[in-house]
Amino acid sequence: MSDNNDFKGYSGPALEVLKKYNAMIWSDVELITDNGSFQGLILPRSETADDLHIVLKIPVGYNIGIAAGKITDIRINGRKEAHYKIPEKAFPYDYRKPRVKLLGTGGTIASRLDYRTGAVIPAFSPGELYGSVPELADYCNLETEKLYGVFSENMAPENWIGLAEAIGKEIEKGVQGIVIGHGTDTMHHTSAILSFMVQNSPVPIVMVGSQRSSDRPSSDAALNLIHSVKTAAESDIAEIMVCMFGPTSDIYGLLHRGTRVRKMHSSYRSTFRTIGDIPIATVSREKITPLRNDYKKRRHDNNVTINAVFEEKVAIVYYYPNMHPDIIDSLIKNGYKGIIIAGTGLGHVNKPLYPALDRARQAGVAVYMTVQTLWGYVQMYVYETGRVMMDLGVIPAANMLPEVAYVKLGWALGQTNDLEKVKEIMLTPIAGEITEREPSNGYLIYQGGLPEVEEFIKLNRK
Amino acid sequence: MYDFIFKPFSEMTNEDYQKVGFKSGLEIHQQLLTGKKLFCRCPAGHYSKDFDAEILRHMRPTLSEMGVYDGTALMEFKTKKDIVYRINRNTVCTYEMDDTPPFLMNDDALDIALGIGMLFNCNIVDELHIARKQYLDGSIPTGFQRTAIYALDGWIPYKDKKVKIVQMSIEEDSCREVSDIGHNRVYKTDRLGMPLIETVTEPAMKTPDEVAEVAWICSNTVRSTHQVRRGLGAAREDVNVSVTGGTRIEIKGVPKISLIPILTYNEAMRQWNLLRLREELNRRGITSETFKAESFDITKFMKKPHYAPLKSAVEKGFRIKSVVLKGFVGLLRWQTQTDNYFSNEVSDRVRVIACLTTIPNIIHSDSKGDNIPSSDWTAIRKFSNADDNDTVVIVWGNEEDSKTAVNEIIIRAKEATIGVPSETRQGSRDGTNGFERILPGADRMYPDTDLPPMQITQQRLDNIKAGLPEKYWLRHSWYKELGIPEDTIQELSISKYASLFKKAVNEWHVNPTAAAVILIQYPKRLKKKGFNIGILDEEILSNILKLFADGKIPRDAVLSAMEKILVNGFFSDDIISTPASVDEVKKEILNSIEILNNISLRNEMNKGIILMSILMKKLRGRFPASLVAERIAFNKKGISNVG
Repeated sequence: MSDNNDFKGYSGPALEVLKKYNAMIWSDVELITDNGSFQGLILPRSETADDLHIVLKIPVGYNIGIAAGKITDIRINGRKEAHYKIPEKAFPYDYRKPRVKLLGTGGTIASRLDYRTGAVIPAFSPGELYGSVPELADYCNLETEKLYGVFSENMAPENWIGLAEAIGKEIEKGVQGIVIGHGTDTMHHTSAILSFMVQNSPVPIVMVGSQRSSDRPSSDAALNLIHSVKTAAESDIAEIMVCMFGPTSDIYGLLHRGTRVRKMHSSYRSTFRTIGDIPIATVSREKITPLRNDYKKRRHDNNVTINAVFEEKVAIVYYYPNMHPDIIDSLIKNGYKGIIIAGTGLGHVNKPLYPALDRARQAGVAVYMTVQTLWGYVQMYVYETGRVMMDLGVIPAANMLPEVAYVKLGWALGQTNDLEKVKEIMLTPIAGEITEREPSNGYLIYQGGLPEVEEFIKLNRK
Repeated sequence: MYDFIFKPFSEMTNEDYQKVGFKSGLEIHQQLLTGKKLFCRCPAGHYSKDFDAEILRHMRPTLSEMGVYDGTALMEFKTKKDIVYRINRNTVCTYEMDDTPPFLMNDDALDIALGIGMLFNCNIVDELHIARKQYLDGSIPTGFQRTAIYALDGWIPYKDKKVKIVQMSIEEDSCREVSDIGHNRVYKTDRLGMPLIETVTEPAMKTPDEVAEVAWICSNTVRSTHQVRRGLGAAREDVNVSVTGGTRIEIKGVPKISLIPILTYNEAMRQWNLLRLREELNRRGITSETFKAESFDITKFMKKPHYAPLKSAVEKGFRIKSVVLKGFVGLLRWQTQTDNYFSNEVSDRVRVIACLTTIPNIIHSDSKGDNIPSSDWTAIRKFSNADDNDTVVIVWGNEEDSKTAVNEIIIRAKEATIGVPSETRQGSRDGTNGFERILPGADRMYPDTDLPPMQITQQRLDNIKAGLPEKYWLRHSWYKELGIPEDTIQELSISKYASLFKKAVNEWHVNPTAAAVILIQYPKRLKKKGFNIGILDEEILSNILKLFADGKIPRDAVLSAMEKILVNGFFSDDIISTPASVDEVKKEILNSIEILNNISLRNEMNKGIILMSILMKKLRGRFPASLVAERIAFNKKGISNVG
């Protein structure tokens, strides 16, 4: 590692060479090497890169790496430091427009690039956001607050609790809508837990992120942000929602119920899908079109119930053939209080696990069954084996998604250790996590290649 | 200062180009011959008009690594285009659609690129950094092209000097445009992502012909590797042109080297004439400080226009606006290129930036015979406070587009006071060019965060070097020394059989001209006869050359031997004929004379030729024709002696 900022990111032989010629980063130099000389600006180096090369930004704008070992001289001609600044413009105030609060947790909805690590630095102040997505001012008066700066995968129960409390405060203050910027990987975990921790919100609470970071011209960030702000400002849907691209095309976004949504593709823009149901609405720059009318409506009071608790000793076990009982046993031994099993088919695990499940029951561990098919209900009455498992204390969790069941169990155990009460909480639908009916147009995973599907895709930009 | 007047293309001399300070450099794009694309595993080089689906995207400018927005990016953003991509599943996966991150760079492509870098005498970088070069025109769905500089500071020989190769980059190819009408641009995606190299020369060329000649050298160099794609669109030149006092202007995507001279001539003329226009403006007292323009909404004066474009504008409820350019009278008719005027520069900007793509998109008071009655002109001029020294430009479009158009007209007119604005331009078939976009700068480059830097090892370079062809210009001069016919030198020097030729000459001591003709001209002749010469591979050709070197096939029998191989479809020893003994030859001569005597000839003078032809049918490849001729003492006058 380098000693100081003058040689940011450099170490080993590369650092030695730079120090020898006193060539600090941002120096405009000519590197003389065994095979020719190279002109450019010395850039900071990513700390994960090797320690053998020096990064040069040549005048045409490209970067190249030159082996430090080849350098015989460095001539310094000047210095030019980069200053990153997203053009900041005061977010215009319009008394006729609703007040929307954007809470940041760390995603990359609006961002600039960190030259050194290649990471993106979020742009966040209203001025910065207005500078990069001026359309936001068409919908609302925006206020922002950065709660956390963490990657999605590092969101933890303490962040969920903090976020729920922050939402409560904003609602009390009378904002007309809340947008939460969040990394996409665990957005559906957060949307689910918020659906339980924040109940009876009078205003829309919209989670948003981006699949292509906003340092790219084709990013989905700006449009997602516009859609989410429009939803927060104008929609009458007072629920926790995830607002992300509907199709991969820049056409409309979908508003998913926080407990029924899941990230389904590692990189697609349209990665979020409502599972076991249909989304609440579509949203475009122009309008919000409900797809159903059973959602909770916006109210004009400031009342909300915040119940921000979480028991961390809960796990998901994703069943696979040949799973050994020691997996369950190790959870019992480590003091876990709850286990969500993602079982096969209608909710099954193999027979060798039964004794371990019995030990879990005896140890007072709450065990719930969900399905790894994601779509459909757990049905433990259909086969004898299901009934045996229920006798062992495994409780079917209807059509709750495994991740949703996981956060709900943590939330329930956070409130009580009484397993009967936990069961009551778990099986009482609070925010659509368990539904009585699965609509017949819910499960529509089109099989590509079929002529009728090809026809559909040819006619509709998806 | 700018008193030189451009002559017609064919009359321009080198001295004329020197007078205007003509200067030009090249950026040559060449597709590499790989099976797959550069950053995904889609097949490369499969083009098709068919598509299975469309997706719609928009582009927004982003900050560069240095913290600024690029001018082109902002311009493209102003245009607010709906960009539609046509997807053919056989050639495109989720990577090209920008729904999957890139895979690691195709090693075959990089190897080919590095090899060509060495042929151009470049310094190869030690570590490859992939950059994102912003393209907000939508030609790449990500909004940027992944590109990396891998070689710098090379040279190629030209005349008695060296032309410097400034840099070489490896990059992914872009989409092909289908249409661009109004706010809707449509692209095909089949070409997208194919590996490409860009070679940039210094602007060392001083005449249009020199530019084309240097382009040929570069083209021949890459072709000599036989690892680059051929055919329409596989190689495309961007040509940079400037004149004294002008600006570096890039003419994009010239598909043929033969078009370069006329295109660069016209661009030089355009710049020169724009500089003359600036001089004229200054003479009228118009500078960037004193420049004045005003715009007015004149929709109400245009209730029932006769002129079709205005009539349809009124029907659509468009706004019609006038822009008064103070003191500009006559200048929209100022000639810029052959048959192009300053009004084209204005119209181009309106077309590209305000998306008013239906031409004509402007009319102006400098052009007589426009279809507005003079009473209307008078009313418009009066309403717009225009006097006789002013030019009035009229433009129409919806609220937003007409507003952008008015702005662009004023911007472009004002730029005339400065000279030649930085732009990229598109060449037309007639050799003129039109505005494409503002010339992008270094600000549009930023590092690709999806892929790590990649070390290029010496080992890798050594391996590639071992497989490289000899530099074709070295072959060229050697062939000249050998006295090989001029028409064969060029092709042989980039032929894949050039090394076989070298072996044949140096090791097997084959006559150089004979070897060159066997390798280059004979296959061509046989192809003309309709044969599939693909059968004649390196092995067969070297067999032929060896047999020829050993005297087993006489020179005059090589072509027929090759033909025999093509007829049979394979090489076999029976193409070698047993040599005829002198006695056998004598016998054949007597037989042939007997046959000849039984033919009644119209012209006794042809006797010799006919006899020779009868004889050689039997003896070709078995006895040297020259010796047969000697034996029958054949000369042009006929047969003097037999036996």
